[in-house]
Parts: sequence; C-alpha cells; structure tokens
Amino acid sequence: MERPLTEHIRQGTALTLKEYLKVGGYNGVQKALKSMAPTDITGLVKSSNLLGRGGAGFPTGLKWSFVPLGDGAPKQKYLICNADEMEPGTFKDRYLMEGNPHQLIAGMIITSFAIQADKAYIFLRWAYKKSELVLRNAIEEAYEAGYLGKNIMGTGFNLDLYIHTSAGRYICGEETALINSLEGKRAIPRAKPPFPAVSGLFGKPTVVNNVETLSWISHIVEKGVDWFKALSITGEGGTKLFGVSGRVKSPGLWELPLGIPMRQVIDEYAGGMSDGYRLRAVIPGGASTDFVPAEQLDVKMDYASLPPIGSRLGTATMIILDDQTCPVAFLHNIERFFALESCGWCTPCREGLPWVEKILLSIEQGTGREEDLEILRHHTKYLGPGNTFCAHAPGAMEPLQSGLKYFHDDFMRHINEKQCPWKKRN
Amino acid sequence: MEEKKLNIQVDGISYEVSSGKNLLEACLSLGMDLPYFCYHPAMGSVGACRQCAVKRYKDANDTKGRIIMSCMEPVAEGMIISVNDPEAKAFRTSIIESLMLNHPHDCPVCDEGGECHLQDMTVMTGHDYRRNVFRKRTYRNQYLGPFINHEMNRCIQCYRCVRFYRNYAGGTDLDVFAVHDHVYFGRHEEGVLENEFSGNLVEVCPTGVFTDKTSKKHYTRKWDLTNAPSLCVHCAVGCNTIAGERYGMLRRVMSRYNGAVNGYFLCDRGRFGYEFVNDQKHIFKPQIRVPDEKKMEEVSEETLSVYLSEALKGSKRIIGIGSPRATLEANFALLTLVGKENFYFGLSKKEQALVQLSMQILKEGPAHSPSLKEIEKADAVFILGEDITNTAPMVALAIRQAARTVPIGEAVKSGIQQWHDSALRTTIQDQKSPIFSAIPFQTKLDELAERTYNASPDHIARLGFAVASLIGNPANEVKGLDEEQKKLAGQIADALLHSNNPVIVTGIHGGSVDILKAAANVAWALSVAGKKANLSILFPECNSLGLGMMEGKPLAEAIDLVQRVEADTVVILENDLYRRAEKQTIDRFLSNCKKVIVLDHFINETTLKADLLVPVGNYAESEGTLVNNEGRAQRFYKVFPSEGSIIESWRRIRDMMKMTGKKEGASWLIFDQVVSAMTDAIPEFAKISGHLPEADFRILNLKIKRQTSRFSGRTSMNANIEVSEPKPPFDVDSPLVFSMEGADQVPPSSLVPYYWKPGWNSYQAMNFYLDEPNGSMKGGDPGIRLIEQKEKVQISFFGNDTATTLIPKGKWLILPVYRIFGSEELSSMAPAIAERTPAPFVLMNRKDAQAMSPNNNGLLTLKIGQVSMEVSLRIDDSLAEGVVGLLVNLPGMAYVELPDFGELSQ
Repeated sequence: MERPLTEHIRQGTALTLKEYLKVGGYNGVQKALKSMAPTDITGLVKSSNLLGRGGAGFPTGLKWSFVPLGDGAPKQKYLICNADEMEPGTFKDRYLMEGNPHQLIAGMIITSFAIQADKAYIFLRWAYKKSELVLRNAIEEAYEAGYLGKNIMGTGFNLDLYIHTSAGRYICGEETALINSLEGKRAIPRAKPPFPAVSGLFGKPTVVNNVETLSWISHIVEKGVDWFKALSITGEGGTKLFGVSGRVKSPGLWELPLGIPMRQVIDEYAGGMSDGYRLRAVIPGGASTDFVPAEQLDVKMDYASLPPIGSRLGTATMIILDDQTCPVAFLHNIERFFALESCGWCTPCREGLPWVEKILLSIEQGTGREEDLEILRHHTKYLGPGNTFCAHAPGAMEPLQSGLKYFHDDFMRHINEKQCPWKKRN
Repeated sequence: MEEKKLNIQVDGISYEVSSGKNLLEACLSLGMDLPYFCYHPAMGSVGACRQCAVKRYKDANDTKGRIIMSCMEPVAEGMIISVNDPEAKAFRTSIIESLMLNHPHDCPVCDEGGECHLQDMTVMTGHDYRRNVFRKRTYRNQYLGPFINHEMNRCIQCYRCVRFYRNYAGGTDLDVFAVHDHVYFGRHEEGVLENEFSGNLVEVCPTGVFTDKTSKKHYTRKWDLTNAPSLCVHCAVGCNTIAGERYGMLRRVMSRYNGAVNGYFLCDRGRFGYEFVNDQKHIFKPQIRVPDEKKMEEVSEETLSVYLSEALKGSKRIIGIGSPRATLEANFALLTLVGKENFYFGLSKKEQALVQLSMQILKEGPAHSPSLKEIEKADAVFILGEDITNTAPMVALAIRQAARTVPIGEAVKSGIQQWHDSALRTTIQDQKSPIFSAIPFQTKLDELAERTYNASPDHIARLGFAVASLIGNPANEVKGLDEEQKKLAGQIADALLHSNNPVIVTGIHGGSVDILKAAANVAWALSVAGKKANLSILFPECNSLGLGMMEGKPLAEAIDLVQRVEADTVVILENDLYRRAEKQTIDRFLSNCKKVIVLDHFINETTLKADLLVPVGNYAESEGTLVNNEGRAQRFYKVFPSEGSIIESWRRIRDMMKMTGKKEGASWLIFDQVVSAMTDAIPEFAKISGHLPEADFRILNLKIKRQTSRFSGRTSMNANIEVSEPKPPFDVDSPLVFSMEGADQVPPSSLVPYYWKPGWNSYQAMNFYLDEPNGSMKGGDPGIRLIEQKEKVQISFFGNDTATTLIPKGKWLILPVYRIFGSEELSSMAPAIAERTPAPFVLMNRKDAQAMSPNNNGLLTLKIGQVSMEVSLRIDDSLAEGVVGLLVNLPGMAYVELPDFGELSQ
C-alpha cells in the first residue's frame, strides 16, 4: 500500500531539505514551473478530483479555477494555507507539518504558480509551537536553495511565503474568518459571494487550502492523475490521513486509502477497543460531524459514503464514544467548545449554542426536564444550514441531532433519575 | 445602475418593486411588517441578526421553499416569497427568543421603552413565553461622556453601533470586544466618545444600550412629548430635526429625515445643543433701562409698549441691524420697519464682504451648490481652506460617504449589490475616491485625502487658482509655484477632470477672500471643461445665506452713521454685536445711540447694553424660514405655544410698525401673511411662496397633531394649577395643533412632528414615511432651492492677484480655528456642549513652539491689535512657520477679526 504523504515521515525530527531532495522532493516544482502552464496545473488537479482535505471536501481544482487570470484580472493574488487545525480530535495537519514541511512548501509553490499568486501565507494554529519552528526552518532552507523568493529556479516566477501564527480561535478555520483575521480584523466570517477566489485577502483573489490538500499537489503533478486515482479503494482518489482517538488499544494516525471501512481502521490499525470497553458510536471526522452508531461500522470512509447514513467524513479523525463514558457529558463537552468558539456575529449561533450548552449541563447534573429535550431538538433545526451566517452552528448541531436520536434513553435516564447514571452517588 | 421595475410575488399577491434593492427594502417600501435589526438603510445589509427571514420558493411548483434572509437577497423578476409562511414566522420568533434570553425585562424603567425597536419587533413576532430558566448575562456599563448613556445589558448584538460609528462616521474609539455570547460594545476604556456623530447611536441602536444622556436629566416618554418639525440652528447646513417639549421644557432633539439634507443623521452639536432653550439666560419679560442707572428692570408688556412707542416716535432716524441667526421673516420685518436704506446686516466687516462675494459667485456663475445628498455622491472632492468637521459637521459626514463613491461604483460594476455592505467592504478595503484637502492645519478629514496641502491661506488660494488654470482657465496661469505645488495642482486637476461629479468645498470661516475666489474659479473652470461644477460654500450661521440674499449694508456703515449723529435709534434683531466687531467699537456705537432697542431670547453682552429689551421666541417658540448652505429655504414650526411675552420677532416688529405708523404690517395677522409680503417684496424669495401648506391646510378637516394618540395626562397634567382642562392653545400660524387630537394620516413631508405606524413605535417607523429606504420623503423632501446656477453664462474668472503674505518680524499670522463644541453661540450655552468646549488655545508647529515660554500656568498672552487674551499652546506640525491658529468664537471670548497679525508673549 502506497503512503505518499507520510512515507518519509519519521519520529522526532522533520525531514530536512537535503533529505527531502534525496527522496525526489521538489521534482514536482521543477516540472510544474518549467514545463507547465498555470491553467494546465489547475486542469490536472481538477481532473484528479482531489477533494479538499480540511473537512468540507470541495474539489480543489475547481476552487482554483475560479481565480481570474490574465490581463483583466487583479495582478495581486494570494494563496493561504489553512493550518489553523482546531477541530476537536484532529491532529493530522500537525503531523504533516512537523514531519515533512517541504512537501507542504512544494505544494504551495506549485499552487501559487497555478493561480499566479506571488504571496502566500501559512495561517498556523497558535498552539502549534513545534510546527512553527519546523516550518520556519524549512522556509529558510527553501529561500536559501532558491525555491522561494525572486526568480524561482530561473523561471521568472516569484513567491514570498510567510507564516502567520493565529491568536487561536476555532472560527479562523472558516476560510473567510481566517482572511479577516489575517487582515487584522475580527475573526468573523464574511458573506459569500463574493467568494475569496474573486475577492479574498485585502480584496484580492485568494485561494485557501488545507495543509493535507496542499501536501498532495507536488505528488499529483509529478506522478499524474491515474496514479492518484488508483490510490483509493472507492473512486474519490488518493489516500487520506485517518485518526482514531478514544478508548482504543492504540490511538493514532495512519495514511490509508480513501474508502477503507471504518471498522478496519478501528480494529486493524487502532487495535480495537481497550479491554473492558464497548464501542457505542463514532464521530467520524472531528467534533462537527454526526455520530455513526456501532451497527454502521462497516461504512466506507470516504466523502460519498457517509452522508447516506447521516454523517460526513469531515477531517476523518474519529472520536470513539465507549459505553463507560456518559454520552450527555460527551455532548456537553463538545457543545461547550462550540458555544465558546462562536464568533458572536449571528444571533442563532451566538445565543443558541450557550443555551444548548447550559441545558446539556443541567441534564448531566440531574436538573434537566423532559421539555428541555424539545428545546434541544428545536435548536438542531433552528441552527441548521442557511439559518446561520456560517457553518459553525450547523456543524455544532450535527453531533447533537444524532446524539439525541441514538442516546434518547440515556437522556431520559438522566432526567428521570435526576442524576448522571455514570456518576451514581452511592 | 439603471433602476427598473420588477414584479415579485409576496404571499400570493403580485407587487411591483424597484430593482437594485434587497427583499427587505422592497417589503418595507410596500409597507409590510417585516422585522429586522442589523440592516440600516444608510448602512446596508450584513446578515448578522437573521431576523428578517422569509420563505423563498424556486418557482410556482415549489411548495416547500427555503428560509432566506430577506436583507441579503436581491429582488429578482418573478421572485416568489412568503412573509407569512408558518416556518418563516416560527424562525423569526425563535430569533426574538434568542435575543430575549439575555435582554432585561424592565422596559418600564428603560429610557428606550415606548420607542424601542426591539420591543416592537418582539410584539410583532408574537414571542411571549420564556422557556429559558438560566441566568442572564450581565455587563459593566461605561461612562461615555456627557452625551451618551450606556447600558450594555440591553444589547442584542446587532452590530449597528460599531458599523455606524466606525464605518459610517469614521470613529475609532468605539468597538466590539470579546466573542461568543459575551461580545461587548463600548470603548477600550471608559471615556468620552470622541466622534462628532456619536449622538446618532441613540437612534441607530435598536434598543436602550445607547440613550440620550442630556434628555435623561429631564426624561419624558416619546408618547408624552409635544413635538414639532424643526430645524437645527447651530450651523448653516440646515439639518431637519424633531424637537419635543413637555411642561414647558425642551426635552430632546431627534433627527428628522430629509433625503436631500441630513438623511437619517445629525451631528452632536445639532442634537445636544438644544438645552440653551432651557437655559436661565432665557429672557421671559420685557426689560427697560432705569433712567440714569445702569441696571435693567422687568416691566409689563403695557409699559414696554409705552416706552417703545415713545422711543420709536421720538427718534430722528431708526436703523435696523439684522441677524444671520434670525429667520427670513424677522429680518424682513425689520427691513420693512426701518426701510431698505436703514437696514444693516449684523455681520463683521470680513463676513459681510465674504457673504456678498459668495452671493455673487452662486448667483452669477455656472456653479451648482450641491445638496448634502449630492455631496455624498461626489466622485472627487477638493476642499479649500475649510475645517469642515468643525464648521459644518454633517457636510464632513457626507464627504466620508463620498470617499466611497468611486470604489462602490467599481464594485457595483463587478456585480456586487449596492446595499450589500459586507461584500462591498470585502471588495473595497482601503480604496477611496480622490479627495484633496488644502488647509493651513490638520483636520479630521485629512485621513481620507489622497493628498493634504498645509499652507497659509495665500498659498492655498494660489494652489486653487493653479488648479483652475489647468482645468479650464489657461489665461490665468499662476506664476512662481514651486515644483511640489505644480505637481499637486496637476494631480488635483487631473482627478477633477476624470470625475463625473466633482464637488469643490470651501467656506468663509477662514476669512479669506482669495480662497473663495480660487474655489469659484476651480468650479467655473470645471464647467468650461464640460464638467458638472458643484461648489459648496459653507457659511457660519443658520440663516447666513438667507440674510445674504437680502439687501443690507455693512455694520461698519451703521456705526459711522451713528457716529455722525445721522441716526439716533437702533433696533438690533437677535444679534450679539460683540461677536461681530471689537468691544470698543461696539461700546462706542451703542453709547452713541440715543436708544438701543434689542430683540432677543437670551441675555448676552448686547442685551445688557439695551435701553429697551424686547423678549422674542427662540426657534422652539416661533416659526420661520431659514436658508441653508445649499440655498434651500426650509421652515421650522413652534414646539411651544406662545405664552406671555414670548412672541415671535416678526410679530414684535409688526407691532412696532403700528407705533411708527407704518402701514405694511397691518395685514400681517398670521405667519403666511408675512411670508407672502416678503415673497412679493423680494424676488429672490419668490419660490418660497406656495411651496408649503398654509395655516388653513387640513386633512379631512383636521389639523396635524403635535402629540401622539397615547399622550398622557391631557386632563390632569396641570391640575395642580387649574382643575378644568384648558382648551388646547390654537396655532394660528400653522396647520399643526398643540393636541393629541388631529389627523391620523401621514402629513405632508415638511409637517411631520413624529414617526409612527401601528406596530412601529420606534424611530424606525420612519421607513414608512419614505418612498424607499434612503430615498426621499413621500411627496418630496422638505425645502425649496432658491438659487440655481446660470447655465449659459459668460464666465468672468477672478484674477489670481493673491498677494504673498509677509509676516512682519516679531509677529505671527493668526488664523481662525473652529471647534464643533464651543465655536457656535447658541449651542455653547447647553451644559453638555459646554462640558466638551475646550479652553482657548493656539496651534503652532513644534519648532515655533519651542521658542515660546509660557507662564507658570502654562499659558501665553496673545495680542492682536488692542485685544489681549491668555491661551494655552497646542502643537500642530502641519502649520507653516510663523502661522498660528487661534480657537475663536468661544463664549465670552473677545472678538478679533482674523486673519490678522498678532504677538505672542509670556
């Protein structure tokens, strides 16, 4: 099984430029900048069907193709790497940045060339101190070797790459809030349209891609579309970083083909449940996706297979709920996070999430009422897509709506017994 | 973009709406009750509050539809929506439920209660049951200065305050802090809100977070006020206001919409200056000077009449001194009383010359004097010599909007909707229309300018002449410019020539004839170049231009006349002459007069010198016409019924005519009659005649009520004095009535005393008085333009003979500096304005300042001619060497005619 993204990553230290070059690094950059036209690269990525690895799964090539090129277009364009990885349970981008930073930089050079951007930013989660160090070293190496800066590899293409360490808000993962934040404004999402590809950073055409997505670019340019497509089990192309956290024998992160069954990841790679714990449900891709119940573990882990059973692939980093963890407390923990991370811009999200959080806490503490469940159910619809300004609150409602469905009995026990069954007073 | 008519279907009924609008605007224009919060017609849509949700259907076969935010949806041909769809209604109710989670339930003790948009919207959506059992969030409030009261607990986070304060008005010291359900709207620390337009927060805030602190001191519910459509008298912009009274006290001033003038807003001087009306300096009783004594004595009307009659009949020759802060009608009455040959403008020498030159420019040249709305739409602005933020604040606010005209135009071309504020801001970022400012010192508008040119007035004039010669007056080339000036002139000329709607803004506050001529040349040159030539000249007082349109001689001539003993009696109309000329001059003038008759409404230095002091009504106590900068005549109406000796100036003077045997006043029984006499006598005012409903105007036989239907205490409010309910005082002069009984219909636009629609008790009810959001009042905006430019005229450009100012050794060139708070006579009596009024200061650059040695109190002594004053020193590095700015017109400050040379010493 091929693991192009992670095969050279080792424990402890990042791949240096020298080491990266030894394994064929920057060949993709060579090829792209010297022998391909920007639109050819976009066309290639489009036909590879590389889906955005940040969670939403939007086709990458299509996103690039919205950037206006040519004489009539604004000269200044930007590429931003979204490295503000704050999705609960998700740590895949960190692994890539700390393990093989040049793979990301190479991807960013090619992408910048494809959209004709001469400035690129890595918007990095503030807590990723090691990633920052590793990336800064790598960027320095790349400048010294002439992969960044003026007239890259004699092609006349210029690119400056900057790291921006964010102030640490979950909403900065939303691309337009990220752009606002990068401009020095409040991190609140922007209305779309205009989409960033037309009017993004400082009002100029901008592409925002996830770390994992950008890490693919050099590989696809170098090895082609057919190679990429053949990597996955189902038709979506490529491998994906899958993570498992929770009470499994060996939690971790693995690069596996898209379309691999969930059960296989959990049993084979994560070693199955720890002794004495039973799996009740899985949140497949970060906190903002719906629960997948234990009966559905054979679902294929890709973008197309999860929606039919009511969930999403998201970041593909699974969180496992076991039978000895209270699902109400589990949900409360998640919703507390989302309530605190609401940017405060639109009413339903700003006011709705804290209310949800307070009700869940009240139920967990044994003071909940049956009518509270109605209020919770109401919010899962009220904070639904289209009703709020961005996807933050709808994302927050995904685990709640499925949780209310799958754990109804647990909720009722809290309410009827006036305490958490998992924290029984003696 | 061209406006088209589109058809949309709302709840099964077809309507015709204008293109280029969003769905919310369309629904409001159709008179529908669709709740909203974050949208504001002047500021557009951002989609934050989610209150204006409606259902939209794909087509006639779509039965499910989806919820959309109407404020973010452009109207489109054939669009099918539902406002009353149960799901949409339930969603809107949920939004209110969310907002009410933390909103205090104490409307009865909230200043906003009864005119609260949140209250209205809550009732409208039907949310009436609280499901939330948890505690409410609370905040700490901040001290924000004398104008605005802050109560953060009431906040519903609609973001309108910061959008207005920062984005619309250019303020920097109000912001939103923190996140999630703890967002906080306030200053980074307690302190006075710095922006000149902070008072609009009172109206922009949909609930009681920002309320009027001055009004709070004598608070009255909206429904208990007796209101009148009024005008701001605190500068020459002529903003429309609603002034409200109860128990004989003026309680507050709100903005009154006028699409051509102030739109939705007012400046802080205009909103908070009203308290001078309640000041103890107000004159209620006639006074006469006790013979051989220095003191004045209050007398009855009868006694006054005897003395007045004696004085007028016994005089050899009566002269009248008019006033730029008195109405057209009062000035006209005085002119009629004394005759043309004896009527003098009560203006300083310099101002008289500047006003007359301005009249010549506006009347005889091809320059159009733009309305505020037109200034807002300008795509290039050239400011010459005027610190607009301090002399005509609302014009500065309009220029702030003009700074966005060009980039908005570009964005709209790229397909972004004009009302889509967030999309516009994303796209526009820091782009601005070309604005150039040439002024001796720093001003607040500098931040918008592509280039600011700081120099003494002679240099500014030369720059203006140079720009004019480059644009369309090549014969008048300016010689001897340095490279920088040449380059700048070229840049400005270029920008003006590349614009479609350039506006030149200048004024007479700086006292420079040359700058005024240069500005006129630029505007005229633009017209030669085939451009629209907009020239806005800013005048100091509410009726400066109206007075200037009459015929009157300079005050100096009156002084000479009396000196030569050719006249012995003077009638001074609402004018403190000590603000017009140096103290000694006026002292001598008044003591040379045998009889000094003063008509005024408050005690000032001139009234103290009167032999006969005749009380008159101030703007809240009378009606009248004022002409603003634009040349627009507008009328204000009485807020208070006439009572006792408070009688309008024109009626006082009419009665004096009887005493002198003048026949003209005999037919002036009501206000309309003096207006028609005036429009007959002075052709310039002819258009005023008939443009407003006259006093006998009725709606279904009823007058227009000044009080709302909910006015309380009608039968009991004066029961401690008189138990029977008095008949409401009859207003013979207008179609308005001092009563809660009257027509319920929307009155003509100039006669709107308050905004109300069933379900809409807040200020937002104004939506339904307009033809469309941000548009014109239904039936046309109030006011009538009196001056139109001559279209095809042979332009005689002014020669560029500006002499270079040479500053004598040991002297400084002193230029006047104005401040929004303090530099205007009436408003500076209001306590809140007085609190914001600075102590006298001079501005000079750092280098010059280093040579100064202030005394132990940190003050310098400034001597100009005979006048000497103590001033503090402030640094402004943009001032040229040897040039000093002096803050002028402060209350009690000695008059000096500037620019002039002066000396500074310890």
